[in-house]
Amino acid sequence: MYRLPIILAVLAAGCSQAPRRLGTPVPDARGFAVRSQTADQQVAHALSRLTFGARPGDAQLVREMGVDRWIDEQLHPERIDDARSDAWVDQFEVVTKTSTQLEAEYQNPGALVNLLGAKAKGGLTPEDSAQLRAARQNFRRIGEEVQESHVGRALQTERQLQEVMTDFWLNHFTVFAGKGVREQYYLAEYENQVIRPHALGKFRDLLGAVAKSPAMLFYLDNWESAADSGRPRLMPVNQPGASGGQAPRARPVAAPAPPQRRARGGLNENYGRELLELHTLGVDGGYTQQDVISAARALTGWTIAGPRQGGGFVFTSSMHDAGEKRLLGHTLRPGRGIEDGEELLDIVARHPNTARFIAFKLARRFVSDTPSPALVERAAATFLRTEGDIREVVRTIVTSPEFFSREAYRAKLKTPFEVVLSALRAVNAQPDQTPRTAQLIGSLGQPYLGHQTPNGWPETAEGWLGTGAILNRINFGLLMAAGRVPGANPMSFPGIDAVRTAPREQQVDAVVTAFLGGDASSVTRSVLVTGKNPLLDPNVSVDPTAPPRTEPKMVPDVPISAPSGARPPPRPGQARAIAPLPPLTGLAQLAGLALGSPEFQRR
Amino acid sequence: MHRRVFVKNSAFALVTMGLSPSFLRRTALGAELPGAPKGKVLICLFQRGAADALNVLVPHGDRAYYQLRPDIAIAQPARSAGAAGAIDLDGFFGLHPALAPLKPLWDRGLLAPIHAVGSPSATRSHFDAQDYMESATPDNKGTSDGWLNRYLAAEGTCEQCKITPFRAVAMTPQTPRVLQGSAPVVAMNSVAEFTVRSGGTQAEQLEALYRTGSADLIHDAGTGMFEAVKMLRAADPQRYQPEHDAAYPNSQFGQRLRSIAQLIKAGVGLEVAFADVGGWDTHVNQGGATGQLAQRLEDFGASIAALVTDLGDRMEDVVILTMSEFGRTTRQNGNGGTDHGHAGAMFMIGGAVEGGRVHGRWPGLAPEQLYEGRDLALTTDFRAVFAEVASRHLGATNLAAIFPGYTPGPMPGMVG
Repeated sequence: MYRLPIILAVLAAGCSQAPRRLGTPVPDARGFAVRSQTADQQVAHALSRLTFGARPGDAQLVREMGVDRWIDEQLHPERIDDARSDAWVDQFEVVTKTSTQLEAEYQNPGALVNLLGAKAKGGLTPEDSAQLRAARQNFRRIGEEVQESHVGRALQTERQLQEVMTDFWLNHFTVFAGKGVREQYYLAEYENQVIRPHALGKFRDLLGAVAKSPAMLFYLDNWESAADSGRPRLMPVNQPGASGGQAPRARPVAAPAPPQRRARGGLNENYGRELLELHTLGVDGGYTQQDVISAARALTGWTIAGPRQGGGFVFTSSMHDAGEKRLLGHTLRPGRGIEDGEELLDIVARHPNTARFIAFKLARRFVSDTPSPALVERAAATFLRTEGDIREVVRTIVTSPEFFSREAYRAKLKTPFEVVLSALRAVNAQPDQTPRTAQLIGSLGQPYLGHQTPNGWPETAEGWLGTGAILNRINFGLLMAAGRVPGANPMSFPGIDAVRTAPREQQVDAVVTAFLGGDASSVTRSVLVTGKNPLLDPNVSVDPTAPPRTEPKMVPDVPISAPSGARPPPRPGQARAIAPLPPLTGLAQLAGLALGSPEFQRR
Repeated sequence: MHRRVFVKNSAFALVTMGLSPSFLRRTALGAELPGAPKGKVLICLFQRGAADALNVLVPHGDRAYYQLRPDIAIAQPARSAGAAGAIDLDGFFGLHPALAPLKPLWDRGLLAPIHAVGSPSATRSHFDAQDYMESATPDNKGTSDGWLNRYLAAEGTCEQCKITPFRAVAMTPQTPRVLQGSAPVVAMNSVAEFTVRSGGTQAEQLEALYRTGSADLIHDAGTGMFEAVKMLRAADPQRYQPEHDAAYPNSQFGQRLRSIAQLIKAGVGLEVAFADVGGWDTHVNQGGATGQLAQRLEDFGASIAALVTDLGDRMEDVVILTMSEFGRTTRQNGNGGTDHGHAGAMFMIGGAVEGGRVHGRWPGLAPEQLYEGRDLALTTDFRAVFAEVASRHLGATNLAAIFPGYTPGPMPGMVG
């Protein structure tokens, strides 16, 4: 057992805390005068970070265009024609409708229950039950369509960087799809109208859109946050309707009538806190509990209009705390309404700590889990100089020497979403018109907007590398190689026809090109070529520099079942008995190994 | 986090001991199983959706119960012929008739129910209440980890976490909130699924890809995974036969409990297990002795009873704890169902529990005794139960770290 000496050494070291890094850390930027990646690496690297994975032909295209010109193009999605992807996405009703329309057209099964119960005392008739079942099924389509369109767009859009940034902000400003029935109505609008249009825009615009989105107002409870009793209001509390959330007639504000309003009112700090901690300043961003309370007070009255008032955001002055607020060294004057919240957002959006926090998170997304402080500082400076222009902050990061350093090359672990999408894109998969692919991503541990708490999915490798997680990833690769992933034919990559009957080494080259960007470690290549476990065969060298010793042998290709015959992946939460996949041979076996390899887990 | 160390050590153990399923007990380190000096196991079962505690643990001795629920109440044991009524426990409380499989556990002193227990938070939101129950910080949404994980992290030592990846296992597709945190946790749908789906040479080749090459986080995780898969394969889960004629229902829940029993018997160092089961949000037509809720309880009771039967004498070291985010309204609603309420009930089952007795103080169901005029009032904070099981069963010593912001009151006395 060749690892034994290491093992014993570690044993001797006892419980020492080994640093846990995915790759070597990026040293200070002053260490780089130029890009230390090779030209080919730069192409593969830029594609792996600014897209959800290279499609066949992408590398060639970027090489011809020049990496820098291609990056600039991706930074301007408005200049990229995306008609084909848009047309595909537009077939989904939920994408084209507002949350208010959805609420009207897709009946809330819970509301139907109440409706049916009110007319039939003591229980439901069989007809009622059938109607309820139909309503539930119909309602479920909302969530399914949101997910199908989300996955399909990420797969097809030419505006890949915009989609990567949409993914980033959806996680930064995460909401939880399971928060309650109502959240389902808000998800499509949140992704398509709130996040994506601002994904490369101004941070303040994005922050404002999020603050006024029913999705966030509902998720972090701000919709029901009202001035504590005794706080000054813009009108007397005992005025008819004032305490019940009804605005007086004279005021031109819509009265909210959201269902299930809690009997007890009062301040809810949830959104105020996360706005400072997670959305802007960061957890060590230098704010106090008093600032949290002030932020929450400033945002009282930012709520969701009732359906009859058109749904959507509304400022309800009767809920607003009109007292003076002190916050982060600023004073919000008393007697104001919606201006309080707007000024609060102005203050936090241009705060240096926000600039640093957003710059850090973006550098961590694009460069490495431990981005150099120098790069973060430069990106934060761009943020402040451009008044939070996200496009320019991203530009600073993805054109930096740190980005194109050898240390950053393949230094990031793919999320489950990125694992699946990059595999699909590698074989130019057809978009799935069913929820199955989205469910597959969920079963890998990242269901769409499925993170319960507002800190979002992990953004570093450590959070994704549990024992079960790596097993799921490997099994996904095998599933994919067996042709069981909808729309994806693993045996359709470019150049496959030329190697179907070629020697194993050439087949390995083709598979490595198709799935691993042409770059596999010598160990991986050796295992692929020999089909042997070097640990079990003392005759097989594991010296990375040594050529494989076994002669490549010809392996006939195995027929792959058509995607239409693909079995649906199990729904999360559904009992399932996983039958072993049929043994993979030939090119399919190589594809399974490549998709399950450590290299494929990285970007 | 010491996964890297664990990986190396477990590889070492496999080399020196072969693949004996019980090699951990004899590890060359001289270290005991995790939690294992005691070998105690805690199995937490979450009924998601708010189970109707008043029809689960029926207060048939409280007259108000029958006034509040004219159509859905469970009949008194004496007044009913056969299975239609509550199964009497102590003359005041009874089990729903669908929970008949749990009655023998009561008779043997293994079953300790507690009533009027729950969260001090006033929330009636499923989301918030589950969040609070799993983080064990009611009304505080800022807690990112779950209480079971904090137990693992606070009481875990380097020795423990490097020996087994299976110290904490969730039989769920994703790690549940209650087990999220810094301590490593494995989530799986079943023991049988915890395997590389293409066997033979392909699995070996994949293993080679992770075992060789550079030692980094990905390779470590992969190597650790293959070790874990081997540990389970050595326990031969495919050929698992429950003992003592235990018959698990063929439901998802039943099969998950079966998997937990497999892990316990495999001797892989399981200390904390978790599973959940849905379908408790009975707003409409919940039924009485039969019907919707009865069907859920049938599965629930039969699954737990099978687990206890299967584990046999091992139950001396095992505690099963059931929970649900809140109870339901004391009154039936207009749809033959119940709405979101407040306090609920929990079951604790095990050889070391103070069974055969219903714990907790009964607050009563008279109008003035109800919480906000409608719900069962709370007399025991759920954290008192959690704290008791953590300290008296698992041997936790750092309750302040596990239950931040909670000043432990008197323990309910459910663990002997």
